Parts: sequence; C-alpha cells; structure tokens
Amino acid sequence: MAQSHATDLGQGSKATPLLAVRDITKRFGTFTANDRVTLDLAAGEIHALLGENGAGKSTLVKMLYGILEPTEGDILWQGAPIRLADPNAARALGIGMVFQHFSLFENLTVAENIALVMPSEVKLDDAPAKIAEISRAYGMGLEPSRPVWTLSAGERQRIEIARCLLQDPKVLILDEPTSVLTPQEAEKLFETLERLKAEGRALLYISHHLEEVQRLCDRATILRLGKVVGTCNPRAETPRSLAALMVGSEIKEVKPAGAHALGKERLVVSNLSLPSPELHGVALKNVSAAVKGGEIFGVAGVAGNGQSEFFAALSGETLAREPNAIVIDGSPVGAMGIAVRRALNAGFVPEERNGHAAAPDFTLSDNIVLSSHASAGMTRAGFINAKLAKEKARAVITSFDVRAAAPDPPARTLSGGNLQKFVVGREILRDPSVLVINQPTWGVDVAAAATIRQALLDLCAKGAAILIISQDLDELFEICDRIAVIHGGQLSAPLPARSTTREEIGLLMAGMGGSGHAH
Amino acid sequence: MTFDAQQVQDVLIIVVTAATPLLIAAVGELVVERSGVLNLGVEGMMIIGAATGFAAGYSTDSTLVGVAAGVISGAILAAIFAFLTLGLAANQVASGLALTILGRGVANLIGASFVGLKRTPAPHLHIPGLSDIPLIGKLIFGEDFFVYFGLLLTGAVAYWLMRTRSGLTLRAIGDNHASGHSLGVPVRRIRLLAVLFGGGCAGLAGSYLSLAYTPFWSPDMTAGRGWIALALVVFASWKPWRALAGALLFGGVTVLQLVFQTWGVPIPPQFLASLPYLTTIAVLVVLSIRDIRGAAAPASLGIPFIPDR
Repeated sequence: MAQSHATDLGQGSKATPLLAVRDITKRFGTFTANDRVTLDLAAGEIHALLGENGAGKSTLVKMLYGILEPTEGDILWQGAPIRLADPNAARALGIGMVFQHFSLFENLTVAENIALVMPSEVKLDDAPAKIAEISRAYGMGLEPSRPVWTLSAGERQRIEIARCLLQDPKVLILDEPTSVLTPQEAEKLFETLERLKAEGRALLYISHHLEEVQRLCDRATILRLGKVVGTCNPRAETPRSLAALMVGSEIKEVKPAGAHALGKERLVVSNLSLPSPELHGVALKNVSAAVKGGEIFGVAGVAGNGQSEFFAALSGETLAREPNAIVIDGSPVGAMGIAVRRALNAGFVPEERNGHAAAPDFTLSDNIVLSSHASAGMTRAGFINAKLAKEKARAVITSFDVRAAAPDPPARTLSGGNLQKFVVGREILRDPSVLVINQPTWGVDVAAAATIRQALLDLCAKGAAILIISQDLDELFEICDRIAVIHGGQLSAPLPARSTTREEIGLLMAGMGGSGHAH
Repeated sequence: MTFDAQQVQDVLIIVVTAATPLLIAAVGELVVERSGVLNLGVEGMMIIGAATGFAAGYSTDSTLVGVAAGVISGAILAAIFAFLTLGLAANQVASGLALTILGRGVANLIGASFVGLKRTPAPHLHIPGLSDIPLIGKLIFGEDFFVYFGLLLTGAVAYWLMRTRSGLTLRAIGDNHASGHSLGVPVRRIRLLAVLFGGGCAGLAGSYLSLAYTPFWSPDMTAGRGWIALALVVFASWKPWRALAGALLFGGVTVLQLVFQTWGVPIPPQFLASLPYLTTIAVLVVLSIRDIRGAAAPASLGIPFIPDR
C-alpha cells in the first residue's frame, strides 16, 4: 500500500494536488469495494485509473462525484478535507463527470438535457444559445433541439462533455469514455481531452484499453480488488506489464485459429428484414450472411445499431415472416421458434447474462433445464429429471472452471465472469453445430475472457459455425475469420479479418462504408 | 324530436360539468405519471375527497372549507401511497389498487352519517350582462368556479411542465430516474411532491362531485370516474391540453345517455350507462393499435427507484 504514492513520476506532484483521496474505504454490507485507496490528481495532467471490471474504479469515482459516500477516509480539495453531500456539491467545487452509461434523458432534447445542470440563474430560454456557443468553441456540432434518442453514441458523449464544460470544471472524470465509440470518434475525443489538459484542467481517465492509456495519460493508478497496487508512468510500461498489474498474474494467450478447413454453409441469413420491435429500437434491413462450418463470423458495430434485434431474429425470439430468411443446416427456420432451432442443434447465448441468458434467482441446474428442456431429454412427461440436470450443471462447472460458493448456487450469486463462463459453457457442452453469441466477453475479467475465447476456437475447430456479435474490435480481430459491420440495422459485406485494418472497420461502424465495399 | 338552441346550450353545460372532475383528476395524475410514478388509486382519492368535502362543507356550511377538506384528504391518502412506493419502494400497481379499496372504505365510514342530506350547490359565476348573453352567456360566463379552476389548472400545468426548469426536472426524472440521481436531482422528494399534488387534485375532483355536480353524498358516487381519469392520461399521451379534449369527449359520452333518454331513443338505459366505460376501453385499444410500442409514456413509469448511497 505504501508504494502507491511513493513513486513520484508526475509533473505537478510537488505542488498541492488539486484533488486527493486519502485512505478511502467504501463498504457495501460485508463487501469492501474500495480498501484504503489513495490517489493524487494534479492540474494539467491526465491521470489513468486502471483496473478490471469489479476492481472498484466506478465506486471510487462515484465517491469523488458525491454520488456515494465513503465509509472511511478523506477527500481533499486543494489540500483541505471536504465532504461531498451530492453531485451538486461536487459540481459547485468544479468537479465534472462523464458517465460510462450515459446519464442522459432519451426523450428530452439536447438543450433540455444540458439545461438541467445549468446554474439556476440561467433562464431556460437562454440555454440553447449557451450550448451553441460551447459547441462552436470545442467543435462539437451539437443541435440543441434534437431529441437525444435520435443521436449516435459519439454525439451523446459530446453532450455529456459539453454539459460538464458549461460549468467550467477544474477536474473532469471520464468513466470508460471510448467503450461505445468508433476508432474515429475516439480519436476526436482524444483531441478534445488534450485541449482540456492544455487549459490546465485535471482529468481522471478510467479505462481498460491499455493502448489508449499509454497514448494519452501521464500517470496511471492501478486498482485490483479494491486496492491500489501501484502508480506508474504508463509510457514506461508495456501493455503486458500493465495487464499483469491489473490482473495480478500473467494472462495466458489465446491460441490463434490458424488455417483450418471450412465446411459447407451451416447458418445462412438471406434478406432478413424486420420492423423495429420497440420505441427507439432498430429495424433490420435486408441482412444477409452465411457462416460455414469451422468458421467464426464476427459482427462488429457500435451499440444500438441492431445487434440485439439481429440476435433475437437469429435465436427465434423474434420471428421473421419469410421461413427462408434464416436457414440452419438446410432447414428453413425463419418462422420457427427457439425450441425448433435448438432441436436442430443450434445454440444461442444472449448479451444480458442476468435475466436473459439465466434466471437470476434459479439454481444453475434449473437454468440448464430452462435452456435445453426441449432438446436434451431433461424432462419426461413434463417432469424434470433433476439428477441429470445437476450432473450437467456439474459438468459445465468443472470443464469451464466456474467458481461458485456452493455446488448448485442461484445464478445471481456468481460473479459476472463466472456466470458468463457458465452460460457459454452450457451451450458449448451441448456441442452445437451452430452457435450464435452476443457480446461473449462483455464486462468479463481478462482471464475469463481468455477461457471463453479459447472455448469458441476449440468449438469452431470441431466444425461448428459460430456467429459472434461484439463491440470489442480487439476480440473480433483475435478470433474471427471474417468480420461484417452492422450499422443502422444493415449488415455490410464481410471482410477477411486477416487483411482488414481497424480503420476500415471503424469507417463502416460510423456508417461511412461507401468506398469500403470491397469485393 | 325538435330542440332549440337553448337546449343545445343546456346540453353543452352538462358536458362541461361532467368533464370537469375528469379533467382535474387527470391533470393531477398526469403530473404524477410524468414524474415516473403510476398511482392507480385515483378512484380512492376521489371518493374520499367527495366524502370529506361534503361532510366538511355541510358541517361548516362553507363550500370553501369543503373544498379544502377534499383536497387535504386526497393528499393524505396520496401520502400513504408515497410512503409505500417512494419510501419503501413497494410495488406501485399493488399499492395503488390497495389505495382505492382503502379510500372507498374510509369514505363510506366518513359519509355514513351524511347519507340523504343535501346542501345548496356551489356558487356559479355571474357577470351581469355577459352571463345573460343568450345561447352562450351561461356556457362561457355562468359556470361554477370549479370549471374555471380546472381550465386554469390545465394551462398552468402545461406551461409549468414545458417552460420552467422545475417542470423540466420533473419530466427528466420520469424519463430516467437513475440519470437524474447521478446528476444530483432529489428524485424522491420531487416524486413525493408530485404524488401529493396528484392526490390533492383527485380530492378536489371528488369534492366537486359532492359539492357542485350533485350536492349530496352517496356511497360510490364517483362511479368509476377515477378509472376514466387514469385512462384519460394515456389517451392524452401525457399532454395537459389533450387531457382537456379527452375530458370533454368523455363528458360528452356521459351526457349522451341522458340526452338519449329524454329523447326516448329506444336503447336500453343500462347500455347507455355503460357507454363511458366502453369508450374508455375502445380508446385504449385504438391507442395501443396505433402505436404498439407505448408511444409517449414516461420511460421510468411505474419503476421503483432505490438510490444507492
């Protein structure tokens, strides 16, 4: 613990830090989210806060922004201890925050969203003019009267940032700001951040994208399991050494797919069109794709461009009108439900593990029954074969190294990574010939992600056709043979992963695929 | 079957008076729902407003005291709902239904000793000259004070919701309470105030029934108007001026049965009496067919909010 602020590398560290955290602890019941964390933030620096999911980064910044109250420890503002009763108090001091999951109001306009946090002296009618002014100053291109739900993730983030900048903050906290951006949008964000740094503001930058941190940040503080494990200059480290600090051990590398024989087409989607299922949803337009046996087909895209709608159509949660729109192993199933598709030996893993892939309050064995009652002999004459279900749960737990507190615990008691290993393992152990998986490693720790990716590669080597929908470009480039991009409900032509650059994919993700229509 | 212009005015006056309690209750509930809370107890808050309103008005011989009692009793019932749903994050649908049952019971208890008593109806506006204009004078310048208050309330709420910062804040937490909380908006305090306002409006609407519409107390005299008000909020897609249009439509349907009876149209009176409710169902069906995705409903409607701290 002592080493954490002993390593003096930063420039402004001799002067009093603008914002400092001293031995801060936050407990939720018996769970300690932050354990005696210490951190300095100086004017004119971009300070990275690194750590895996669940390391306590979000808890820490929520305390700095007054949303959570520390159990113990002090927050110092220019050297003096302060108590932040709520976010208004933090904003009054000059602390601004850009949230990971945007804190915007979808059905309000851009101007209304920003006006909400303006000081009460500002008249509501004057807000649009002020917003236009700041939008011009930072080249943000905001349209005050547009409702937020019509905007892209990048535009939404610019609203969040504009909302902060209107209050002229001295400290700006950014929680995973690039996780929903295309590479080009991220580039634009970095320019803005460099400019804010040059203006003498202090930025606290939370991320687990190590390359970004190395490029942008002057210092990095690394959290693991709620504790600070070190502060360093990220430019003097390698991504591997930073990752090892975050995880606490070396990460085993995923074995690359290598050349392998492709079989016949096992999953074929042709001209799939579906209306949007809900307000602010996305309609699918003429989506076509063909996945061969032994192939991993990646679908990249910024969140909210039709991924969940596409998954629902593939799994049979939403039925297409045209049976031939989706063909699994030669059978037209477009208009058939989930059970029929599973009986054809297809497997599906949705994005949301708690509540969609698994019923949170049910035990793991009950969850096995729920997903395979129609295809794996789990029930006879309507009665559940509990013994068989428990055995299957056991098998998943052992072969995928699912860490649980009890032999057959309720799904919700598992950590994110372990539950994800379980829901993926449940499908893979059935040896599916077609597997569709949405965001396979979202919010999963590095080690569990490696296990899951390896299992997908192994399944593919056995001749299964796998379709992966993911926002994580690194993941797609690591394991996919071909990558297509979904944008506004349309799927681009697939590009071979090996001969395609991130920039090409990035342009497609932003909907600028005009010239990128290769072959 | 002849009728003259004088009769048309009389019918329109009845339409307006039938619409007024629906409008006042609906505008109150509209504010509650815009803040993200679904209070299904409007019927209960209306009936208790009717009972206490008449009881207090009769005992003190003052319409104003009656109105105040109606408003306060509605707000008190709403406070119980707020304690359950905001304080304890209880299920809003169940709590709202329970509130209706509670309201009916308490109202019958309070009203028991006032059954069969009568008092003079609440005063009407009278502007010499204007109110005496033939054909429209009574309709526009000769209504009772509740009618004008209802219109004023609708305009004030419409302006407040869309044009003021506090109205914006209320709409914002109805859209996304978690975002509001993370910006430091006191979500539960605002919702408490909204629920109390809604309760007050429902109580006022109830007291209108027993002090002006039919100036006596009888058990179950609200006759489902609270439910119609709830449907009106959806009908109006959470916009105050549309609630006015909806209230007049429903008021019109209510009056239709009376008109048909006087004209001797051979339709069973039971069917006519059920017209407002059939209209409610029909309107809700049409609305959901038109937009199956739930159109303009506040996104947080009915979802309990539990702040983490």
